[in-house]
Amino acid sequence: MRTFALLALAALTLVSCKDVDEDIPLRTLNFTQNWDGEPFSQADLATTAFVNENNDTLDISRLRYLISKVRLENSKGTVFQLDDYQLVDVSNENSLTVTPSAYIPNGTYTMTFVYGFDQQDNIDGAYPDLNSVGWSWPDMLGGGYHFMQMDGTYDLDAAIPKPYNFHNGTARVSNGVFEANHISFSIPEVRVRGRGIIEIQMNIAEWFRMPYTWVLDDYNTSLMPNYEAQKLMNENGASVFAVVTE
Amino acid sequence: MPQLVKRAIVFIAALAIVACTKDSTDEPGADDAYTATPLPLKAPALFGQLLPVPTIPADNPQTVEGVALGKKLFFDPILSADNTLACADCHKPANAFTDSRQFSIGITGSPGFRNSMPLYNFAWNSSQKFNWDGSATSLEKQAFEPLRNPVEMNNTWPNAVASLQDDGEYPILFEAAFGTQTIDSVKVTKAIAQFLRTLVSGNSKFDRHLLGLETLTESEQNGFEIFMDESRGDCFHCHGDRNNPLWTDNSFHNNGLDSEFADPGLGGVTGDPQQMGLFKSPSLRNLAYTAPYMHDGRFQTLEEVIDHYSEGLVYSPTIDPLMKTVAEGGVQLSVQEKADLKAFLLTLSDPEFISNPDFQQ
Ligand code: HEC
Ligand code: HEC
Repeated sequence: MRTFALLALAALTLVSCKDVDEDIPLRTLNFTQNWDGEPFSQADLATTAFVNENNDTLDISRLRYLISKVRLENSKGTVFQLDDYQLVDVSNENSLTVTPSAYIPNGTYTMTFVYGFDQQDNIDGAYPDLNSVGWSWPDMLGGGYHFMQMDGTYDLDAAIPKPYNFHNGTARVSNGVFEANHISFSIPEVRVRGRGIIEIQMNIAEWFRMPYTWVLDDYNTSLMPNYEAQKLMNENGASVFAVVTE
Repeated sequence: MPQLVKRAIVFIAALAIVACTKDSTDEPGADDAYTATPLPLKAPALFGQLLPVPTIPADNPQTVEGVALGKKLFFDPILSADNTLACADCHKPANAFTDSRQFSIGITGSPGFRNSMPLYNFAWNSSQKFNWDGSATSLEKQAFEPLRNPVEMNNTWPNAVASLQDDGEYPILFEAAFGTQTIDSVKVTKAIAQFLRTLVSGNSKFDRHLLGLETLTESEQNGFEIFMDESRGDCFHCHGDRNNPLWTDNSFHNNGLDSEFADPGLGGVTGDPQQMGLFKSPSLRNLAYTAPYMHDGRFQTLEEVIDHYSEGLVYSPTIDPLMKTVAEGGVQLSVQEKADLKAFLLTLSDPEFISNPDFQQ
């Protein structure tokens, strides 16, 4: 009986808590993927065919990428942390949404985030959740973590399509000499309002487009130790992401 | 300001909930009023440092009495229909808790269709999917199945529970573990799952190498580099690396064994045509004791496994793109590279695990 009353009280307080909340915007950070505007989701993995800039047909059976240091800064210089780091895995819906713990008022912000980890954060073995899901970048290539793993096949009309492993991370210049390979984004005039949804969109087609028109016959597998390929990915990555709010 | 208000309210709610739980534990006689002696899971140093905290269900904490009971059940044929087959008969301590036979023989004498699996490091399985095809979503649920599987223990739960209840010893052990002499399938599987979670393997030569206690031979070190090199072995994308001492990615792949599937694997569970022929990446720990290899135990030796990856890959539509050299049959390792890779793989075996007195009958 007493337990019941206490539970009821707890429920009541929770309900009233929700009432108070009504004018506090609850933010959601979403990670979405598209191919030139066509949404790309779990159902497309290994099934949907695409044509890239070079006119290669391809499918994507695995797409995982890392976004870190997602922050909003207002005109007064106040910084709101949205997310420390997130391994986005298209096959795992839970990884596509984050609810930031910070209270973020409506307003106009400069949004910054890093594709991959910057040098400060790309610490070998430092993140247990990433260690256990095969996300490490080999020591001999500079260590730390993958920034992206996109695997699939191309030349889909051939009897046996050819595999590609578009993996990106630290670039190895030569034995023991490494180059940071993340991309830092700074997006001005991001208006946070309304439903409070902030979306980081990845247009996958851009990885294959600009400035380098990706030729899969030239760069397909074993790209991790390939310095040229690593830098080309980095250059093409600059036009891959966009931010929208709702 | 609004945030402060919210904080305060959440705090009150928390207080109310605390008060509730306090209240109910005072009630005598209730099952959950009883607490057996907590037994924290022992994590090897490297696991604590590199891996997420172990998964232990809130409704089945590890206890001294629960683990002791689970161990007794694991080694006891009483769970099988005719009292002849224990879990341990297909999961032998000397084989890192797997079976050296390609297919284990159930009590009816007919073989199963998959190779048994070694049992260790379950609390760190980040996907919490068990069996070759991921069909069980918790260890407690996994432990439910073998007992009533016709090619395994071929029993029924009511029958097994009745045998335990009639036994001179078990009701007392269940009371010590769970606070009641009334036995049911849930408590049986909970106790077994507790014991299985104590099976931790984390003291291989490679572990000691990482801790700076032992050095690898040149051949073992070369083998590790082949394992980690995308242009040679490229094993690490599925089987772990020095920062993942589980030596598995806890995920499912088609590693190019067959062009057609006698066993659909993960696809049989999910119904997804893209997942036909996918199986769990097994951990590479303890390979010295776990032959034969693969879901159907088709390879007797590590040489055969390495030959498979080197020149035996077979194409099928769901083959993992990471099996990138399938057109050439595999990664084409030299005789020396194969020997080095094997030497490295064997450094992941943990002799202490198979002789640990806590894990013997
Ligand atoms: C007749 C032999 C046999 C018996 C008896 C048996 N098992 Fe198994 N066990 C297997 C086989 C074969 C598999 C692989 C099953 C599959 O993938 O479909 C397996 C898989 C498992 C797994 C999954 C391991 C993983 O890594 O996913 C666990 C846990 C397990 N058994 C525990 C038990 C327990 C506990 C008992 C006793 C209640 C038991 N087994 C009895 C043969 C047996
Ligand atoms: C695409 C992921 C993937 C890659 C890359 C990979 N494996 Fe595997 N490996 C698997 C899967 C999945 C299985 C189980 C397949 C089955 O039984 O159907 C397996 C099985 C094994 C086994 C048998 C273990 C046992 O207990 O039965 C060994 C040994 C092994 N792999 C070693 C290697 C080595 C060495 C390499 C590199 C040359 C490698 N693997 C590359 C996914 C992979």
